[in-house]
Amino acid sequence: MEVALAIVIGALYAAGLYMMLRRSMVKLIAGLVLLGYASNLLIFVVSRLTRASPPLVPEGAHSVAEPFADPVPQALILTAIVIGFGLQAFALVLVRRAFQAVNSDDLDQVTASDRPDLQA
Amino acid sequence: MLNAVLAGFVLAFAAPQVARHLPRQAGTIAALLPAGIFVWLLNQAEMALGPGVVERWPWSPLPGVTLSFHLDGLSLLMALIISGVGALILIYAGAYMQGQAQAGRLYALLLAFMASMLGLVLADNLIALFIFWELTSITSFLLIGWHYQEERSRAAALQALIVTGGGGLALLAGLVLIGLVSGTWEIAGLAAQAGTLQDSGLYLPILLLLWLGAASKSAQFPFHFWLPGAMVAPTPVSAYLHSATMVKAGVYLLARLSPALGGTQEWSLLFMVTGLVTLLLGGWLSLKQDDMKRMLAYSTVSSLGLLVTLLGLGTKLAAEAAALYLLAHALFKGALFMVAGAIDHASGTRDLRRLRGLAGALPTGALAAGLAGLSMAGIPLLAGFAAKEFIYEAALFSGGSVWLLTLLLLAGNVAFVVVAQQMTLRIFSGASLRFEHFHAPGVGLWAGPLVLGALGLALGLLPEVTATLAGAAARAIYGAPVTIHLFVLPDSVTPMLLLSALTIVAGILLYRRRTKLEPWLNWLDQGARLGPENAFRRLVGGLPRFAERVTDMQQNGRLRSYVMWVVGAWLLLLALTWLLRGGPGVPSDLLARLADLRFHELVLVVVILAGLASVMQANTLLTLIVSLGVVGFGTAIVFILFGAPDLAMTQFSIETLGVILFVLVLYRLPGMVRLSPRRTVLRDSVVTGLAGAVVTLMILVITDVPLVSPLKTWFADASEPLGHGHNVVNVILVDFRGFDTMGEITVLGIAAIGIFALLKLRPGRGGESKAGDGEGRT
Repeated sequence: MEVALAIVIGALYAAGLYMMLRRSMVKLIAGLVLLGYASNLLIFVVSRLTRASPPLVPEGAHSVAEPFADPVPQALILTAIVIGFGLQAFALVLVRRAFQAVNSDDLDQVTASDRPDLQA
Repeated sequence: MLNAVLAGFVLAFAAPQVARHLPRQAGTIAALLPAGIFVWLLNQAEMALGPGVVERWPWSPLPGVTLSFHLDGLSLLMALIISGVGALILIYAGAYMQGQAQAGRLYALLLAFMASMLGLVLADNLIALFIFWELTSITSFLLIGWHYQEERSRAAALQALIVTGGGGLALLAGLVLIGLVSGTWEIAGLAAQAGTLQDSGLYLPILLLLWLGAASKSAQFPFHFWLPGAMVAPTPVSAYLHSATMVKAGVYLLARLSPALGGTQEWSLLFMVTGLVTLLLGGWLSLKQDDMKRMLAYSTVSSLGLLVTLLGLGTKLAAEAAALYLLAHALFKGALFMVAGAIDHASGTRDLRRLRGLAGALPTGALAAGLAGLSMAGIPLLAGFAAKEFIYEAALFSGGSVWLLTLLLLAGNVAFVVVAQQMTLRIFSGASLRFEHFHAPGVGLWAGPLVLGALGLALGLLPEVTATLAGAAARAIYGAPVTIHLFVLPDSVTPMLLLSALTIVAGILLYRRRTKLEPWLNWLDQGARLGPENAFRRLVGGLPRFAERVTDMQQNGRLRSYVMWVVGAWLLLLALTWLLRGGPGVPSDLLARLADLRFHELVLVVVILAGLASVMQANTLLTLIVSLGVVGFGTAIVFILFGAPDLAMTQFSIETLGVILFVLVLYRLPGMVRLSPRRTVLRDSVVTGLAGAVVTLMILVITDVPLVSPLKTWFADASEPLGHGHNVVNVILVDFRGFDTMGEITVLGIAAIGIFALLKLRPGRGGESKAGDGEGRT
């Protein structure tokens, strides 16, 4: 499965970057979301997959018996998913406001903050 | 010696205070320091001319970097010039700056410069030498830009700094190479390593770097242009830095290193050609000038070229001639500069065409200029005469193309004779002119040039003293014992004497016929327009334009171009590393590893990839959102399958929320439009496809090596006893890494505030903002 997922992650990175290179603001966000998926899966896969049980301590026991999935990357990814959602939500609202301001989805229309000379 | 150098820097800070309280005497008071150093140097002379005086101070923990000083014949000659002329210049500056508010700053800078220059000629360590070298460049920059309110001054100062500073960088590289090749950082030890240095493959690079440093500092062609530009500085500065001392730094460096690096064909060719071109160019350009200071500046360029030629020649006679000329030139050129400044001060003009018959009004000036001029022209009884004799002797016994060399030197010397006449006969003789605001300069302005002029005569009349001083310097240049035999007057007619006479006669004739020369000089001036100064201007002017263009290309305000740069640079660097150093290949057992793929997993992979394809193809917003959802839910299922139910739950809920949010926020946006041309799409596909492939390869390589993770078992063992929780992931999040989770919550809170601000705070009508709106607008 690692090999198959490696291909999936590569495809996710490629697609995410490709979407970020588009002129559309919505596609930019889609690219960000895809990169988020890709990174989470990357951390997940490089810390090895186990089809085994989750890291749960059984009732009455004091430790988890092997084999079990590595809890450390899981904790990291959990944080990353939530932060990624925050980013996604903020970006969405930002795009909406930008759309209201310039009435276009085209990023090339949003130049005023970087090029004051083009403003007005 | 350290004290002598440091005293200059320390007293530089005190000078403005002194100038505030005793404005009339401040220059003279400041002159006490260089005068004291001069006396101290004379005291040390016996030691210096013998074994030399060495001082060593630990300075930096770096190996080879010590603050060491070495006073030998060459250093002594230079240090005597620096301190002696320095004292006279400070007295002169006191009179020159009389009544000006910022005089204190000038004394301070002159003292700081003097200390730097002393450090430069006394330093025995390559790195220490470089530091003092740069200090002279910086003080020179500040002094050239003295009239900082004028754009011309600022431009000239910057030009000098860029040229000498750039040369300084090259010099640093050269010095470091010398240190690495020879294995010693002490200059005194370099001569013993001459063989190692000259046989090394780095000899030529060292020589070229040295050439860049010395030629830029000593205003050699093609860097000569900054020196005439530097004439915007007050005259005390021009007389001190830009004729007697600082511009000699490059010459000094060559003289100092010639025992270690000189004597080869490359050395001779490089420095003789540079020197001769500079000698002739400077001489020719000096004939053209109407401004006294510019004329003297070009003449100085020419003199420096002469010195470089002699050092390039590198014979024993040439070393003697160089030492003699170094001394004579510092005296007569310093004096002439100070005379020019005094005349400027008195009459308000430096224009040669407007000055005539000043002898009646300025008899002292005429005497000083006359003595200096005679020395410059190489008239017997004066120091300049002996120098010229030796120059011709060195040329006649050079052993190479004797006649060509002699002829070129003759031509250069004729120009000196003409300049000497311009500075004496032309301005002092004839019927006197009337000036509106003429006021005779006081003793302070005449003391300097008179003393220097008289010294020129004294050295001519006391050949033993001159021979001792110059001989010791020549010994350091030549690297072997040297004895100079000097006479007050030659007792027989030699070829050198005939050449000297020829020089003077030709100089007088040329001076008389100078009006006939005008068309020739003008023609050459046309050529100068295409010269290095123009190239320099273009370079300095073009640099900001180039930077602007690069900035426009890299920082064009488009996110996608930034992404492209980042991804492209990453791929390029990776590819380079891969090519140069090799990298991991594709693991070989891929098929075997792929075999453990189960059917439902294969289906999942296919679904995710299909969702991804659909994201890329989406032409309506709804398709895009749904397809993203497919990929997201697919990821969640991966988490379920491999023992991460917490991740799956989070991913599911967030995916659901995300889809809802997407629809709610963006439903009003128009459909997807194809915006990019086909070529861009193709280029982006290739680059991002490569990036994805690299990531895949990276994962395959990483997962190919076994993983050792003590954390896994540690957390599994510790979570129940220490955290009292059964879900290890949860215990990590809320207990072991609780502060991380706090941070995460904070980030979400900030995002929520931002979202609220974006949604609720809207611009009012007519472009006016509601109260508090400024925060929300981004």
